[in-house]
Amino acid sequence: MNVKKQFYEGLLTQNPVLVQLLGMCSTLAITTTLFNGIGMGISVLVILTCSNIFISLLRNVIPNKIRIACYIVVIATFVTLVDLLLQAFVPALADSLGVFIPLIVVNCIILGRAEAFASKNGIAAAAIDGIAQGVGYTIVLIILCFFRELLGNGTILGGLFEVNATGNLVFGLGTAGGIRVIPEGIPALGLILPVGGFLTLGVFIAVMQWALNRPKKAEKEGAAN
Amino acid sequence: MDVTKLLSIMLGAVLVNNFIFSQFLGICPFMGVSKKVDTAVGMGLAVTFVMGLASAICWPINEFLLVNKAIYGEGPNLSFMQTIVYILVIASLVQFVEMFLKKSVPSLYESLGIFLPLITTNCAVLGAVLLNTQNSYNFIESVVYGVTGGLGFLLAIFLFASVRERLEFSECPKSFEGFPIALVTAGLIALCFMGFSGLKVW
Repeated sequence: MNVKKQFYEGLLTQNPVLVQLLGMCSTLAITTTLFNGIGMGISVLVILTCSNIFISLLRNVIPNKIRIACYIVVIATFVTLVDLLLQAFVPALADSLGVFIPLIVVNCIILGRAEAFASKNGIAAAAIDGIAQGVGYTIVLIILCFFRELLGNGTILGGLFEVNATGNLVFGLGTAGGIRVIPEGIPALGLILPVGGFLTLGVFIAVMQWALNRPKKAEKEGAAN
Repeated sequence: MDVTKLLSIMLGAVLVNNFIFSQFLGICPFMGVSKKVDTAVGMGLAVTFVMGLASAICWPINEFLLVNKAIYGEGPNLSFMQTIVYILVIASLVQFVEMFLKKSVPSLYESLGIFLPLITTNCAVLGAVLLNTQNSYNFIESVVYGVTGGLGFLLAIFLFASVRERLEFSECPKSFEGFPIALVTAGLIALCFMGFSGLKVW
C-alpha cells in the first residue's frame, strides 16, 4: 500500500477527469460558480469513499455475474443519503445542483473506481483511493469553476462571499453573488453557458496533456497550473 | 390531451433543451461512441429505445407504488426511493435490450460492444426519468419526453460523429490531439444549438 503514490495518481497521472476522462456530465454542467463546484466535489468525494469502502468489504461476497448491479445499488444508497442530507442541511446547494445530485449514481468515476480498484483491494487501500480520486475530482471542479466564473461572469467565489453595500466582505452560503473582479459588460457570457463548459474543459485537458508529456522535471509546474 | 404542450415538449427535448448540448446529460457515450457514424447511430437508437421504455415503466412505478396517496395518505411516502428504483429498472431494461440484440441483430450487438451495458450509466436515461418526475409529467408526456429526448441524443451524436470523422484527417496542435479537440468541436456545435433557444410553440 502506497499512500503517496495513490494521491499522486489521483491528483495528476490518473486524474479521474483530466486523464481517465470520466464523469464529464457533472463536470461540465455544474462548474459555473465556486459554490456549486465545491459542493459537488465534496458530495462525490464522500460518496466515492463510502462506496469504495463498502464494495471492498463485500468484494468476496458479490457474485461476479451481477457485480455491476450490486455496485449500483450500493452507490445509489449512498447517493440517496447524501441527497437527503443536503436537502435538510444545505437546501441552497440542493436547489442549485438540482437533478445532478441524484445523477451522481451514474457518475462513471464512482462505478469506474468500484470496478477497477475497490473490488480488487483491501478496505484501507480502497478508502484512500476514494479520497485521492475524490480530491482530484474536486480540484478539477474548483479550477474549472474559478476560470469559468471569472471569465464568464467577472466574479470570483460566487455563492460563498460577496461585498455588501457598505463595502464589507460577507459570507452567504448559496446566495452571495461573488466578488466582482471584472466590470460588468466585459466578461464573455458564453463561458458560463454550455459552450464555455466544453471549451474550458477542452483547453484544460490540452494543458494537462502538454504538461504530462513534457520531460520529468517540468511536471511540478504542470501541477501548479 | 393538450397537443400544444406535447409539441412543445418534443421541440424542447430535441432542439431547445437538447440533452447533450444544453443539459449536459449523456456526455460519456457521446464522446466514447462517436468515432464512426454507423456505431453512433446504432447507439443513438438503442438509447432512444431504452429512454422511451424506461420513461414508460418508471411512471406507473412511481405513481402507483412510490407516491400513491391511496396507500400512504398525506403522510410521508416512498419518494426517497426513486433514485434506487429507477436505476434498477434501467439496469434490467438494458440487460433485456442486450439479450434481445444479441439474438436478433448480432451485427449491431458486436459493433456497440462494451458501450451497450454502459447505457445503464448513461446519465441521459436516468436524467430523463428523474426530470419526468420533477416536472410531474403525466404518462403520455413522460413517454413523449423520453422518446424525443432520445431522438435529440441521436441527432446530436450523429452530427458530432460526422464532424469527427473528418476531424481525423485534419491537423491540430499536438496537445489538442484526440479528446481536447473533440471537446472544442462539441463546444462549437453547442454554440449552434444555442441558436434554438427562445424557440417556442404557441
